[in-house]
Amino acid sequence: MSQVVFDKPKALTDAVLHYCPGCTHGIVHRLVAEAIDELGIEGRTIGIAPVGCSVMAYDYFACDMIEASHGRAPAVATGVKRSMPENIVFTYQGDGDLASIGLCETVSTAARGENITIIFINNAIYGMTGGQMAPTSLIGQVTQTSPYGRNPETQGYPINICELLATLEAPAYLERVTVNNVKNVRNAKKAIKKAFQNQVEGKGFSLIEVVSSCPTNWGMTPQKALEWIDEHMLPQYPLGVYRDKENGVGLAKKEA
Amino acid sequence: MSEKVLMKGNEAIAEAAILAGCRHYFGYPITPQTEVAAYMSKKMPKIGGTFLQAESEIAAINMVYGVASTGKRAMTSSSSPGIALKCEGISYMAGADLPGLIVNVQRGGPGLGGIQPSQSDYFLATRGPGHGDFHVLVLAPSSVQEMADLTVKAFDLADKYRMPAMLLADGTMGQMMEPVELPEPKEVTADKSWAVTGTKMERKHNIVNSLYLKPTELEEKNIERFERYKEIEEKECLWEEFMMEDAEICVVSYGITARVSRNAIIEARKQGIKVGMIRPITLWPFPKKALLLAADKVKSFLSVELNMGQMQEDIELAIQCKRPVGLCKRVGGMIPSPEEVLNSIKEANK
Repeated sequence: MSQVVFDKPKALTDAVLHYCPGCTHGIVHRLVAEAIDELGIEGRTIGIAPVGCSVMAYDYFACDMIEASHGRAPAVATGVKRSMPENIVFTYQGDGDLASIGLCETVSTAARGENITIIFINNAIYGMTGGQMAPTSLIGQVTQTSPYGRNPETQGYPINICELLATLEAPAYLERVTVNNVKNVRNAKKAIKKAFQNQVEGKGFSLIEVVSSCPTNWGMTPQKALEWIDEHMLPQYPLGVYRDKENGVGLAKKEA
Repeated sequence: MSEKVLMKGNEAIAEAAILAGCRHYFGYPITPQTEVAAYMSKKMPKIGGTFLQAESEIAAINMVYGVASTGKRAMTSSSSPGIALKCEGISYMAGADLPGLIVNVQRGGPGLGGIQPSQSDYFLATRGPGHGDFHVLVLAPSSVQEMADLTVKAFDLADKYRMPAMLLADGTMGQMMEPVELPEPKEVTADKSWAVTGTKMERKHNIVNSLYLKPTELEEKNIERFERYKEIEEKECLWEEFMMEDAEICVVSYGITARVSRNAIIEARKQGIKVGMIRPITLWPFPKKALLLAADKVKSFLSVELNMGQMQEDIELAIQCKRPVGLCKRVGGMIPSPEEVLNSIKEANK
C-alpha cells in the first residue's frame, strides 16, 4: 500500500519557480507555504512581494498577492492590515529591498508593532540586477559594485537587521535562521510558522531573517555556497532568537 | 439636504472624504494641508477608521496603495514637495489600476519653495505624476463647497475608472473659511471583485501588480488604459462658464485665481469690456472642446494662474492656436489682485 509522505504545499501554485539552481528561495517559499497550510490560513492570507529576485512570488503563492514598489512592502502591508485586520498579511523581501531602500519602512513598521509577518531573505547581494553590493554584504566581499572587496572605510559595514530591530520596544518576535542543511531548515520552518502563528494570535510584529545563498552571484556551486554560509555569513549574522516577547527574550527595556 | 456649516477648506475635504465612505487616511505633516490630517486624527478613531501619521510621504502613499488593493477607499494629503515624494507610489497605483485620492494643497516651488499658495504643480498633476505613461484625474476646487463636492466626485470617478484621482487645491483654498453644505453619506457600490481580500478558498488568487515583463503584454495594458482615458476625456470634463454669451475675451482660470478673475470680469463689464470666463473644474481631463468652441467666438484668451504659464500651453493646444493666449500670473506665493487681472484684460482688449 502506498502512502504520500512528501507533497507540494497547497499554498504554492503550480507555476514553475524561476530561481537559479541551488538558490534557497525555493526552500523558503516552501516553508512559508507549509506554515500557511498547517495553520489553515490560505483563504485569508494576503502576501506582498518585493522588488528583487522574489518579485514574482505573487505567481507562486496561491493566496491573494500584491506586488509592492522597491522597499515599500511594509508600508503596503500596514495599509492592508489596517484595512483587513482579520486577514493574515505577510511580506517577503530581500536585503536590498528591506535593509537598504526600504530601511525606513522596515524600522517604522517594526516600531509601530504592526501585527504582520515579514520573511527577510539575507543573501548579502543584489541578485536580480546581477550581483551588486548589498547593505548586508560582508567586509571584503567581492561584488559587481565592490570589485576590490567591500571596504568599510568607503562602503561602510554590514547592517544586522535582527540586532537593529531588537533595540525597539514593539516587535514581538525576531529570529535569524538559515536553510543550509536539514537541521537548519527544520529550525527555519519552526521559526516561520511561529511568526505566522503570532499574527493569528494578535501578538504583533514578527520578522524572520533567513540567511540565504546566491550561488550564481557569489560565483560558487550550490554546495560550496551552503558551506560559505557556515564559514562566512554566520560569523557576521549569528543565528538565534533576538526577541521573543512572550518568553521574555531580548526585551528592549528591562522589566522593573 | 444637510444645513450649511462654516468650515475651512481643508476640513471640508476631510469631512467630505469621510462622508464618501473613506475610512483610511495616511499622511505626513506639511504646511499648508495640516488641517486635513488634524481633522482625520480626531475623527477617524471615533468612527472605527484609520488615521496613521506615516514615517514619510512615500510610506503614506504606499499605505494608500495597500488599502486600495483591498478594495476600500483610502486617501492621503500633502503639499507640493510631499506630492513629489508620492509620485513613485502614484505611478504604481496607476500601473496596478488602483483607485485612491491624493489631495495636493499646493505651495510655491521648486525645491523647498515657500509655504504660500501656488498652482505650480499644474504640469506635475496633469502630465501623470510619476514615471511611465499615465494620467490621474485632476479636480480643481474654487470654493470650500467644491472642496467638499469634488472630494466625493474624485472618489467616485477613481472607483469608476480604477485610477488615482488628485484634488488640486492651493494654500488659500485650504485655509479659507466658507459656509458649506456637506454631502449626504454614501455607501460605496463600485464592483471591486479584483481586490485582494483573501481567496476564502473559493476562487483563484487575485494579484495586484504593475509588472509586465512581456513587452507585448505591457503595451496592451498601456493601450487599454489610454482607451479608458479617452472615454474619460469624452464623458467627464467639468467646467463652468461665466458671462461667456457675448464675450470677446475669454479668461481661463481655476482655483483661487478664478475667484479673483470673477471680480475683475465684473469690473471690466462695468467698463464696457466684453469679457467672460471658462473655469476648468477638471484639469485632466482638460475641457478642450469647450475652449475650442469658444475660440470661434472670442478674439483672445487670457490664462490667469499662479505659475509661469503652465495651463497657458494647454489652452493653446486646446484651441489649436486659433487665437492669441495671454498670461496674467503671479508666482512664488503671490496672488494677483482683481486690479492686476483687470489690467491684463484691458491689455487683451487693445
